[in-house]
Amino acid sequence: MSTVPEIFETMEYGPAPESDAAALSWIKQRGGQFGLFIGGQWVKAESGQSYDSVNPATTEPLARISQAGGADVAAAVQAARAAFPNWSSVPGHARARHLYALGRAVQKHSRLLAVLESLDNGKPIRETRDLDIPLVARHFYHHAGWSQLLETEFTGYVPVGVVGQIIPWNFPLLMVAWKVAPALAAGNTVVLKPAEFTPLTALAFAEITRDAGLPHGVFNVVTGDGETGKLLVEHPDVDKIAFTGSTEVGRFIRHATAGSGKRLILELGGKSPFVVFDDADLDSVVEGVVDAIWFNQGQVCCAGSRLLVHEGIAERLLDKLRARMEKLRVGPPQDKAVDMGAIVAPVQLERIRELVNRGVEEGAAMWQPSWACPTEGYFYPPTLFTNVSPAATIAQVEIFGPVLVSMTFRTPAEAVELANNTTYGLAASVWTENMNLALDIAPRIKAGVVWINSTNLFDAASGFGGYRESGFGREGGREGMWEYLRPDWEEGAGSAERAPQARPERQAGTATEPLSAPGSPLPQVDRTYKMFIGGKQCRPDSGYSRTVRTPDGQRLSEVGEGNRKDIRNAVEAAHAAAAWGRDSSHYRAQILYYVAENLSPRTDEFARLIHAMTRCGAEAARHEVEASISRLFTYAAWADKYDGAVHDVPLRGVTLAMNEPIGVMGLVAPDEYPLLGFISLVAPAIAVGNRVVAVPSEVHPVAAAELYSVLETSDLPAGVVNIVTGSKDTLTKVLAEHADVEGVWFFGSADGASEVERASASNLKRTWVDTRLRDWFDVRQGEGREFLREATQVKNIWIPYGE
Amino acid sequence: MTHATRGDPSKGTQGGKAPRTLHLAARLERNPGMPLDLESLQRLRVNRSAVERRAATIPTRRTVKREWQAAWLLRAITCLDLTTLAGDDTGHTVRRLCAKARQPLRQDLLEALGVTHLEIKAAAVCVYHRHVATAVEALAGSGIPVVAVSAGFPAGLSAFSQQLDEIHASLQAGAREIDVVITRAHALRGDWETLYEELRAFRQACGDALMKVILATGELATLSNVARASRVALMAGADFIKTSTGREPVNATLPVGIVMVRAIRDYLEQTGVATGFKPAGGIRTAKSALSWLYLMKEEMDDRWLRPELFRIGASRLLSDIERQLEHFVTGRYSAAHRHPMI
Repeated sequence: MSTVPEIFETMEYGPAPESDAAALSWIKQRGGQFGLFIGGQWVKAESGQSYDSVNPATTEPLARISQAGGADVAAAVQAARAAFPNWSSVPGHARARHLYALGRAVQKHSRLLAVLESLDNGKPIRETRDLDIPLVARHFYHHAGWSQLLETEFTGYVPVGVVGQIIPWNFPLLMVAWKVAPALAAGNTVVLKPAEFTPLTALAFAEITRDAGLPHGVFNVVTGDGETGKLLVEHPDVDKIAFTGSTEVGRFIRHATAGSGKRLILELGGKSPFVVFDDADLDSVVEGVVDAIWFNQGQVCCAGSRLLVHEGIAERLLDKLRARMEKLRVGPPQDKAVDMGAIVAPVQLERIRELVNRGVEEGAAMWQPSWACPTEGYFYPPTLFTNVSPAATIAQVEIFGPVLVSMTFRTPAEAVELANNTTYGLAASVWTENMNLALDIAPRIKAGVVWINSTNLFDAASGFGGYRESGFGREGGREGMWEYLRPDWEEGAGSAERAPQARPERQAGTATEPLSAPGSPLPQVDRTYKMFIGGKQCRPDSGYSRTVRTPDGQRLSEVGEGNRKDIRNAVEAAHAAAAWGRDSSHYRAQILYYVAENLSPRTDEFARLIHAMTRCGAEAARHEVEASISRLFTYAAWADKYDGAVHDVPLRGVTLAMNEPIGVMGLVAPDEYPLLGFISLVAPAIAVGNRVVAVPSEVHPVAAAELYSVLETSDLPAGVVNIVTGSKDTLTKVLAEHADVEGVWFFGSADGASEVERASASNLKRTWVDTRLRDWFDVRQGEGREFLREATQVKNIWIPYGE
Repeated sequence: MTHATRGDPSKGTQGGKAPRTLHLAARLERNPGMPLDLESLQRLRVNRSAVERRAATIPTRRTVKREWQAAWLLRAITCLDLTTLAGDDTGHTVRRLCAKARQPLRQDLLEALGVTHLEIKAAAVCVYHRHVATAVEALAGSGIPVVAVSAGFPAGLSAFSQQLDEIHASLQAGAREIDVVITRAHALRGDWETLYEELRAFRQACGDALMKVILATGELATLSNVARASRVALMAGADFIKTSTGREPVNATLPVGIVMVRAIRDYLEQTGVATGFKPAGGIRTAKSALSWLYLMKEEMDDRWLRPELFRIGASRLLSDIERQLEHFVTGRYSAAHRHPMI
C-alpha cells in the first residue's frame, strides 16, 4: 500500500474504483440468471439452453443467459404481433408518455446501468457514465417528441409493424435506444436480440419497461447467439429487420431477407478516414485521434481508424501522438481514471492480434507505448502503425480494436481519394482551420457522417448511418423516423401484387392507330430504336434485336437486345457524368423543364406509341403523356427544393443534414404505363443528381426508347440518363450485381424483386423494390418525397464552431 | 527557499533538520527568451471547440481517491502562491497570511497524514508592492519567497517608466518574484512587437527575480490571442505565464490553461527551456486544484507538478483543501472554522 508521503513524491495515480456492488447484487437478486422477456413476462427459454455472460476484465462469469430457440423467437414475435394493433393505434401522445417515462427511468437508474454496462462489456465506467447512458436517455426524450408529433409531421404514414432488431456488443444499451426509441415512437412493436456477449443492460432495460408500464408485448427481448438472430431474421411474421453489426452478417441478412418483403436497415462496419490538413490545430488533432480510435478500445463502427495526414506535418503529428499515447491509461474498466478498458471477448482480442501481426508481416512499422497492459482479462494496448500503404491488409480491413494506421497525402484531392479508397462509408473526420477547405472536402467524402474538427459526436436529433458497404438507413433525427414508417396507401395495395410477368390490366382499346400517318402512299421509314449510352445512340453489343408486339400479337417494332456489356458501358458512361451531381439544382431543374418542353409538342406521337404498344385507347395514352410531362415538372420543381436540414444538436455549431445523390443507379421500370412509369423513376433520380441506367418495360419498351430523341434535344449532359432495352431479368441481374452501381430500383414481379435484393448483397447497394401495382396517376403513389428519399442518402456534417 | 520534495526521500529531512535551501534560480535554467518569431505566431492554430472538449474531460478522465487524493492535495499546497490583493489589506492581515504560508495545515493533521517531515508550506506569498517589505520580514527564515504583483497591476496601464520603477522598488523591498501584467491593447491589436519589447524591458528590470507574465486571458477575447500572447511572453523571457489577475470578468479556465500549457510545451520543444505555468483567479475548491494538477500531468509531465514549474494563485483555496484533508483523516466532513484562518 502506498503511503501519503510516498505518493507525494511519486505523484502517481492510484486506484479509483467505481463500486460494482450494487450491480452485482442486482444480478444476484435475479438468481444470477435471466430468462427471456416476452409479452411483458420473464419466461424460461423453451430451448432449455443457456450460456454465461462474462466480465472481460476478469474473465469471471457475471450471469447465466438464456439461449432463445425457434419456439422462443416465435413466441416473442407473436407477442409483438398481438401488441401491435393497440400500440399502433393509440394516439401519439399516449406513446409519447411511455417514451418519456422510459427516458426518466433510464436517468433514475443511470448508475446501475452504467456499471452493468462496464462490467458486461469491459468499457470504462467514464464512458458508460458520461456518454452511453446520457445518450440513451436523450434518445428516449427526443423520440417521445416524435411520437407526440407523429400524426402531424408524418401525415399519411403508418408504422411498419413488428420489427426485429439485432444489436452489437460495442454499445449495448445505446444501441437498444437507437433501435427501440424510433421504432416505438412510430408505433411499431419490437423483438430485440441483444449481442451474445453483452445482454445485461438490455435485460435491465426490459425490467425498466415493465416497471414503467409499457404495454405487454410492445418490447420483447430474446437473448442468444447468432443462431437466435438468424431465427429472428427468418421469422415470416417480422415486417422489418434493423441490424447493427458486421458487414459480413449484414450481407447474410440481406441475402436471407431477399424477396421476403421485409424492410431492412443495416448499420455495418467501417474503416473511417481521419483526415488532417496542414493548417489544423495539431494538439487538438491528437485529442481527436484519442477520441476516434481509443474510445471504447477502438471497438466502434465509425472509429477513425485510418489517419490520413498531410505529408508536411506527418512527423510532427506522429511525434505528438506517440507522446500522448504514453499518457493513456489502460486498466480495470470500473476504474474512474482509465482511458481504455478491456476488449469484449477473447475472439475479438485474437482478431486484433492477428491483424496486428499481419500488419507487421506486411512491412508496416508498429508502435506501442512503453507501459504494459494488465495481463489478467482481455486487454490490448493502443497501437499505431506508420509506413502503411493503401494495399496493406490493416489499411483495408476493419480491425475493431485500438489500432490506428496512418498514411500521408500531398493534396486535398489525394486526401479525398485515399479517404474514399475503401468499400466502407460510415464516417469521416476532417481537420483544418480553413472553413473553405472543410466544406469542400466534406461533401466529397463518401460517408454518412462527417465530423469537422471533431469526431465520434452523436445525438438523437442527427441521423447516423452509412454509405456503401457500411449499410443503409439512418438512425436518429427525422431521417431516422422514416425508417419505421410506410405510406398508408400501401395498406390496400398489398393485395394487388403482380403475378410474375403479368401484363397489366388495361382498358382494351378499340381504335387501332398505325404508327405512321394514315393514307400516306409511301412505305413507313424504318425506325430503329437503339440503346442510349453516354449521350449516344448505340447498337446493342449483342447484335440482336427483339421484336416488340402489340397485345394482340402484331409486330410493332424492334428494340435492341441489351446484354451485360451494354450495361457495363452504360454504368461507365454514368460514372463519367459525375459532374451532374455537383451541378446546381437550378441547372438540373432547367434541364428537366426542357425535357418536358420538348416532349410536349410530341404528345400525339408518344400517345400513338403508347396506344400501339398497349392498346389502352387514344385518350388514355394521351393522358399518360400529359401526366409524364406533369411528372417532369414535378421533379423540376423539386430539384431545388429537396433541401437538407440543420439539425438542432446540443453543440455550439451546426449539423447539416445534406441530401446527397446515391450516385449511379439502375432503374428497372414497371410494365404498366410504359412512359409514365419510366419517367416516374428517371425524373426523381436525376433531379437530385444521380446518373441512371434505366431499363424500360420489357414488354412495352418503345415509348421509353423513343424518349432519347427528346433527351438529346434537351441539353441533358451525356451519361446522365442511359437507356438499355432488353430482357428485364437479364439486365436487372447485371445491374444488381454490378459493384459500381450504388442503387437499384425495381418495379416488377416478386421473383424479380427477390433476385435484386439477393444480388444486391454483394456490395450492399441500396435497393427499392415494389411488387405492388401502383396507381402512377395518383400523385401520392406515383411521385413525391418517397421517391426523393429513395434517390438520396443523408449525410450529416457536424461543424462545431467558435473562436 | 525550501523544496524538500525535490530531494531523495531516503536521505530524508526527518527530525526537523535544517531544510535544504536552494534558490530557484540556481536550480532551474532561467528562460533567456529568444528573438521574436512573428512567423510562428502566424502559424498557431487553436480550435476552440476541440480545446473545450479536451478541457471538459480533464476532470472526468482522471481522479484521485483516498491516500492519493490526500497526497495530491498536499502537493497542491506546495504549489500555492498564497495571495492577498485586497484594497483593505494592512500589515496585520499580510502577516497573518504569511503565517499561514509557513504553516498551512494544523499540526495534528500533518501528524495523522504522516507528513510532518515533508515540511509542507506554500510556494510563495503574493502581495502588492506596499506589502512586500512586511511579507519579507514575516517570512524571514522560512525560505518562502515573496511575490509582488507589478507593472501597473491589474490593468497594466501605468506609465511605462512607472511600471519599471515599480519592479525595481519591489525587488529592493525584497521580492524574489515579480508578476507583471501585459498591456492587453497590444495583444488585441495584434501589436506583438510592442508587447514583446515591453516584456523584454520588464524581464531586464526583474534581474535575477522570476518573472511571471499575467496575460489577463479574460480580456484577450479569443483562445488564439491567448496562444499568441503566451508565445510572445515566453519569447520575451517569461519564467512563468499566468492566466489572470483575478480582476478580469473571466478567471482561470481549463480551456485557457490548455492553450497556455501547450504554448509552454511548444516552447520547450523548440528551445529546450522549461517554463512554468500559473493559473490564478477563481480557483477555490480542492477539486478544481486537482483538475489543474491533472492538466499539468497529462499535457506536460510530473516536473510541472512542482512549484518550480507550477503555481496556483489563490487565497481561499487553502481553506477547502484543509477541510478535505481533515475529512480524509477523520472520515467526517469538516468545517472551515476548525482550521486556522488566514
